[in-house]
Amino acid sequence: MVLTRMRASGPMVAKQGILLAFVVFLIVFTFASDRFLTVENFLSVFRQAAIIGIMALGVTIVVIGGNLDLSVGSMLSFATVLVVDLHDKIGPELAIVVMIAATLCLGAVNGFLVGILRLNSLIVTLGMLSAIQGFVLIYSGGQNVDIVDQAGTWFRFFGRGAVLGIATPIVMFIGLALIFNVIMSMMPFGRKVYAVGGNPTAASFSGVPRSRIVFVTYLISALCVALAAIVLGSRVMGSQNNVGQGYELQVLAAVILGGTSLLGGAGSILKTVLGVLMLAFIQNGLILMGQPYYTQWLVTWVVIIVAVWLDVAAKRGKLFSPIA
Amino acid sequence: MTGQKPALRLKDIVKTFPGVRALDGVSFEVMPGEVHALLGENGAGKSTLMKVLAGMHQPDSGTIFIDESPVVMTTPLEAKAQGVVLIHQELSLAPEMTAAENIYLGELPRKRFGFVDWALLNERSGAILKRLNCRFGPDALVADLSIANQQMVEIARALTVDAKAVVFDEPTASLTDAEKVVLFEIIRDLKTQGVGIVYISHRMDEIFTLSDRISVLRDGQYRGTLITADTDEEEVTKLMIGRSLDLSRLVGDGKPGDVVLQAEGLACDPLFRDIDFEVRAGEVVGFYGLVGAGRTEIAETLFGLRTPSAGRILIDGKEVSITSPRDAIALGISLVPENRKEQGLVLGMNCRDNMTLPQVDDLTAGPFVSGGAEIAIFDQYRDRLQIKTPNWRQIVGNLSGGNQQKIVIGKWLSMQPRVLIVDEPTRGIDVGSKSEIHKLIRELAGQGYAVIVISSEMPEVLRVSDRIIGMYSGQIIRTFTSDEVTEDSLVQAISGIGGDRQVA
Amino acid sequence: MSALRSIGPLRWLIRNPIWGFVLLVFVFFSIASDHFFDFRNFQNIMVQTSTIGLIALGMTLVMINGNIDLSVGATLALAAAFAVDVQSWAAFATWGNWQILPAVCMALLVGILIGALNGIIVWKTGVDAFIVTLGAMLGVRGLVFVYTGEQSFYAMNFAYSDFSYSSVGPVPSLALIFILCTIAVHILLSRTVHGRNTYAVGGNREAAVNAGIRVGPHMVWNFMLLGFLAALAGVALSTQMGAATPNLGRDYELWTITAVVLGGTKLTGGKGDIIGTFGGVLAIGILRNGMNLMQVPGFYVYVILGSILIAVLFLDKQFNRRSKGEIRV
Repeated sequence: MVLTRMRASGPMVAKQGILLAFVVFLIVFTFASDRFLTVENFLSVFRQAAIIGIMALGVTIVVIGGNLDLSVGSMLSFATVLVVDLHDKIGPELAIVVMIAATLCLGAVNGFLVGILRLNSLIVTLGMLSAIQGFVLIYSGGQNVDIVDQAGTWFRFFGRGAVLGIATPIVMFIGLALIFNVIMSMMPFGRKVYAVGGNPTAASFSGVPRSRIVFVTYLISALCVALAAIVLGSRVMGSQNNVGQGYELQVLAAVILGGTSLLGGAGSILKTVLGVLMLAFIQNGLILMGQPYYTQWLVTWVVIIVAVWLDVAAKRGKLFSPIA
Repeated sequence: MTGQKPALRLKDIVKTFPGVRALDGVSFEVMPGEVHALLGENGAGKSTLMKVLAGMHQPDSGTIFIDESPVVMTTPLEAKAQGVVLIHQELSLAPEMTAAENIYLGELPRKRFGFVDWALLNERSGAILKRLNCRFGPDALVADLSIANQQMVEIARALTVDAKAVVFDEPTASLTDAEKVVLFEIIRDLKTQGVGIVYISHRMDEIFTLSDRISVLRDGQYRGTLITADTDEEEVTKLMIGRSLDLSRLVGDGKPGDVVLQAEGLACDPLFRDIDFEVRAGEVVGFYGLVGAGRTEIAETLFGLRTPSAGRILIDGKEVSITSPRDAIALGISLVPENRKEQGLVLGMNCRDNMTLPQVDDLTAGPFVSGGAEIAIFDQYRDRLQIKTPNWRQIVGNLSGGNQQKIVIGKWLSMQPRVLIVDEPTRGIDVGSKSEIHKLIRELAGQGYAVIVISSEMPEVLRVSDRIIGMYSGQIIRTFTSDEVTEDSLVQAISGIGGDRQVA
Repeated sequence: MSALRSIGPLRWLIRNPIWGFVLLVFVFFSIASDHFFDFRNFQNIMVQTSTIGLIALGMTLVMINGNIDLSVGATLALAAAFAVDVQSWAAFATWGNWQILPAVCMALLVGILIGALNGIIVWKTGVDAFIVTLGAMLGVRGLVFVYTGEQSFYAMNFAYSDFSYSSVGPVPSLALIFILCTIAVHILLSRTVHGRNTYAVGGNREAAVNAGIRVGPHMVWNFMLLGFLAALAGVALSTQMGAATPNLGRDYELWTITAVVLGGTKLTGGKGDIIGTFGGVLAIGILRNGMNLMQVPGFYVYVILGSILIAVLFLDKQFNRRSKGEIRV
């Protein structure tokens, strides 16, 4: 992929373009539907956004580190099927522990191939996407799984419960976002991820253990997927064996919309949260306006391209690319 | 040269970019059969001028004449058609295409239906390659060629048209000495064919060997033209930087202290072998040799970036094992790498974060990075090294080359190393900043650091070193003290001629 | 240029390891399965691979350009929907079997337009193709749902679905189309000025710009070619199914990219060829077919394909590692 390396700060409009677009959408939807600007609706949007949001946090860190993770979709299928299936077999506590451990192993494989062996992350995680989907199907024998005693298990807390009156998925999403934001912007690890993503060679020459950092970013991504799977499994109390199919691209869309550069070394957790919420509000607003659910895809198409375009245009100081 | 028409003439060229007057009324001419060197510090406007010449930029005002008729060139292709060809500093070849395809890139001969006329293409480009005495055929894949041969392909492009003027932009940057000789022959050959040559280079020796006249740019303005035969380096330098440059030898006054770093029989196959040397506290040891002689590789081995195949490294007389930059840093070794932009800096990060990157783990308050401690370090080294930047938030990529280099040096000084290795400390830095950095290196030695300077520029090594190690083809040929070294003996040592092999 | 000319068959195989793999799986399944080595089965393989194969041809050019297109699966679905729907339009009710012609033309035109749209956006905005086509992948799928109203279309004219069973001599028509396209794109890429410029644009974009190659329009042409081929694949697939479903072609972008990368095309651009891509497509086709014949559950194909993709990347890295003195960074 040929991307132009960019720096220099652009004008305010383009720099905070995502925030502005977000506000514009909120205003439009507020006028278009009187059910939009209500506390219940906002909470419901947050809740629906939580699963993609939690995954997007992990992927953001991978992308800042200069890599991609396309395997999160089938990894979500894997984790959800595993935790739901094990729930009735070994109990929710052990199921969660085993599932997180297994998912972290997959993350470790990604991390080993990309971080230690230095293979191209797009292809590696594309391969993993396919392989993990295979594992899920082999494991489940192509059957869907579900939890029998749906009302009696405390496992329902993650998807259907609440903390202090706020739905658990929202608490998990926002809580993780805050933690990751602190890690990325205030702790040495975060600084090193930015350095490795910005210039891996220079990071190495400065004694930053590049391989280890990339490895850890994939572990974090896998951990996020595991947590998202807990929420998903708990909410649905069952799982189709391809439940996460296509999530990788929605997650990536949210990360890109948040302004994290695919080149690595730039981006932020909080902006990803904004990207996630924006996609969720577009979906919600359009549905409230009576549009079928797939119109959100059309709007997302335009929004992603315009958002990134403005970002790129601001950095080069010209709206259109100078290429003849 | 009177009575002859210039092959190429620029008159009062002005080119502005937002906020910058890159070229301010520059006039310049090159006669047929002349090598006209173009000199200037970084940012003086050389590359802008070149791009104007090659049709990549349009001048705001001013005129370009070819054979005294005014021309307008809006694309490189158009410039080429008019007979002005630019040989890029960075190779502009497509690796998975043949030499012939690269030579005629953008102008592949066509048959019907857009098919490539291979026969014609190979015949024409074969003839050009033959004229350049190349040992590869037109169907060689560029990816399989050596850097020098790739450069030949680049030069061959100039010969596809009836070139009136050829612009060489630092063509020797990636060439070995043997390859340079071939290049110079080609340039002389072009010259005898009546082609006007514009030769841009930082290397004075090349300019004085090759050129007939020298024109100097400073701050986008034309500063004058000198006849090479009637001038010397000092005069040219003075014109370039606006003052004369102190080239005197800087030698420490104090006696060097104890041996800090010692290498015994160090080898890394096939890059270097039998390397024995020592560096004392308060001493600057220069490593001088051609590109590929193994100097940088020794530094990389000392810094844990390569695994030695034999030998020992001792610090304070004790053998140490260095398997990663982290080990090296822990032992007090710092490396200011050869390539600032690729190895030294994260260009998109700010100044402070770049400077504190190696020690960010230690600059913490609880689990968090202590911004205050970082800023304190940054301020200290900004003042000490006189880094010109508005504040620590400035993105490093926006600084000038000299200031970027100082950030890298500051990064490693702030680690309080015992051994400081600087590889090509002034590459791509303008003449003014160069002497500042030389003084700094001497000062550091004065403060008790053990310093190793690696350089391909002889004046630089001569200027700063207490001792000089001459390397050739992966081996130490001779070690000189600053009293006994002469330019001649140094040149002999690094070209593998004579010189008894002495071990330090 | 033609890789075989100056080097022996052994070195050719080292440069195109995928054909070694194709040979390996071919021999393996011939021995392991009674039904594999059979002409009818070979016909099947060619028909089965034709869909992904057609897209992979275009994807090769786009990827050599240093771009990528994630929207091909959605493009395929949209084209298939048009191909099946337009033939039942009232305007063509009296055309008999000729009603298929405007339908197919319409489908191909849609593919070309989507390719052109992607290409023009990449050219004019300077946004990376990965992002542009990621957006298009969602958006075009949205268009499919808008157009079909989430319904499947069924071909009313049976001549349409009969086409997928037809053959020219011993060669099934769909396989023939794929083979002809392969040859045509191979010639385009290896012999024509446009094809050679494809390598220049991907291998060194700045050099291509300086050499006066109009990089923007060049890339648009390749995106259009890919859109055309994806639409053709959509038509081919819908003749096999006699229908177009809104979810047709999901994940095809991943399969196609897998095939192209297996065939040796570099993601960074500048390198790759149709012979390799054809090998990559065949490898996937033979693997799926052979495992199916051996009654291995389809799940394992995913695992094996994923593993092979990563293994190819690993081996490529090992082979191409500079033999001496790579720094450990």
